[in-house]
Amino acid sequence: MKYLNRKAGTLAIALFSASLLSACGGSSSSSNNDVVAGIETKTASYEIAVTNLTSNQPLSPLLAQLHSSDYSAWVIGTSASEGLELLAEGGDNNTLLNAPSSHVYSAVSGVGAVAPGAGSVFSIAADVNSEMNSDLKLTLISMLVNTNDAFVGKTGIDLSSLDVGETVKHYLPIYDAGTEANSELLGTIPGPADGGEGFNMARDDVDYVARHPGIVGIDHGYTESVLNSTHGFDSPAAVLTITRTE
Amino acid sequence: MKTKFLLSILPLSLASAMAFSQSIDVQVTNLTHGMNFTPVLVSAHDSNTHLFTAGQAATEALQAMAEGGNTAPLITASAGTVVNTNNIANGLLAPSANSPVTAIETGVNTHLSIVAMMLPTNDGFIGLDGWKIPTEVGTYTVYLNGYDAGTEVNDEIIDTVNGGADDGIPGAPGMDAGTGASGVTDMETNTTVHIHRGNTGDTSLTAGISDVDSRIHRWLNPVAKVVVTVK
Repeated sequence: MKYLNRKAGTLAIALFSASLLSACGGSSSSSNNDVVAGIETKTASYEIAVTNLTSNQPLSPLLAQLHSSDYSAWVIGTSASEGLELLAEGGDNNTLLNAPSSHVYSAVSGVGAVAPGAGSVFSIAADVNSEMNSDLKLTLISMLVNTNDAFVGKTGIDLSSLDVGETVKHYLPIYDAGTEANSELLGTIPGPADGGEGFNMARDDVDYVARHPGIVGIDHGYTESVLNSTHGFDSPAAVLTITRTE
Repeated sequence: MKTKFLLSILPLSLASAMAFSQSIDVQVTNLTHGMNFTPVLVSAHDSNTHLFTAGQAATEALQAMAEGGNTAPLITASAGTVVNTNNIANGLLAPSANSPVTAIETGVNTHLSIVAMMLPTNDGFIGLDGWKIPTEVGTYTVYLNGYDAGTEVNDEIIDTVNGGADDGIPGAPGMDAGTGASGVTDMETNTTVHIHRGNTGDTSLTAGISDVDSRIHRWLNPVAKVVVTVK
């Protein structure tokens, strides 16, 4: 309740300053800043660096999104979106990359899969006004490709207090999209451990997002599994370093 | 003169603020993919009280909770000043489910503990041990790990005889476990409270070493999220 009140207050102030600016006949922008409806916007840019901490789980091309607190890429206990299902089952981030939403300001994909022990660095930016900047969030997500539907990530990372030049580090846990049973069977896992099917629109699991229980594997007595002990993982599966560059 | 007067009452007002009851909201989320939690007990108590202590043998009251989900002995064993809020989820807290936001007046108490049995396990439980309740208004998130009470062999055999009061797992509420297991182990080396090693499980619903399903009834830490709002 307190949080909602505070947010409403921020909104009211932002609207008030917007009307003040309009009353002054609009303010002219300098350099490459835009003026939208009388509200000055600035570019917020971030360097995203991710290191894969797993033993033998390549990560599908990373997806980063800049958004407001009105967006969440997933919620524990809630059915996964189709975009999330596509990413978690097959490593395909295209739907989330192009998901139109007034709350998602920009989305960027990393280039290529990230091998165990390897890293990926890329940038993401969005033009934001002061109100958007005070509620700016980041989502980072990627599939553990030698699984049925496991993904690593965090949604709603707060960026509002990260100033230019500052860096923050997050260790990322592993979730289960709940859209495909963790059968570990031949032909159901898209990564190099199997080379099987990725996305399948059937939902034959619990149909809610939760923390991942881990894989079983043939070395733990599951004789039909195509996975072995090297494909095991525990949290954290990756480390994310965010640096604000502009 | 006035300043001096204000200064002299300042320590007094701080001291009384500490002793006064706090209003907090508590919400527990089951983060797991396939484990149920039995009725969740939230206990506000002083800094010296512990429902469990890692590295020490469980009390009989903790054992009853960890092996059978029965929180009554823990409540009975509490000192009079302890504020127990039992069963905040009105029964089982299902995988990935949230308990209702539960308002608690802490009374004279400064610390919070939370326990609930994890099903299906022999004596696994979620545990928060004596977390100091912040005095500053705000929202705080705490992640809970899965513990083993160390009181029962983790044979992973489901045994509902005597209402589950015998050794064995008293049930799998998801109705997704098997029968006929021979037992994963018949001994435990660590008989103190410790971090649970996880279920072993197997993929046979009618035989094998375990009645629990290795593809469903396993977990990685943390197993629960607790959001505490100090009002």
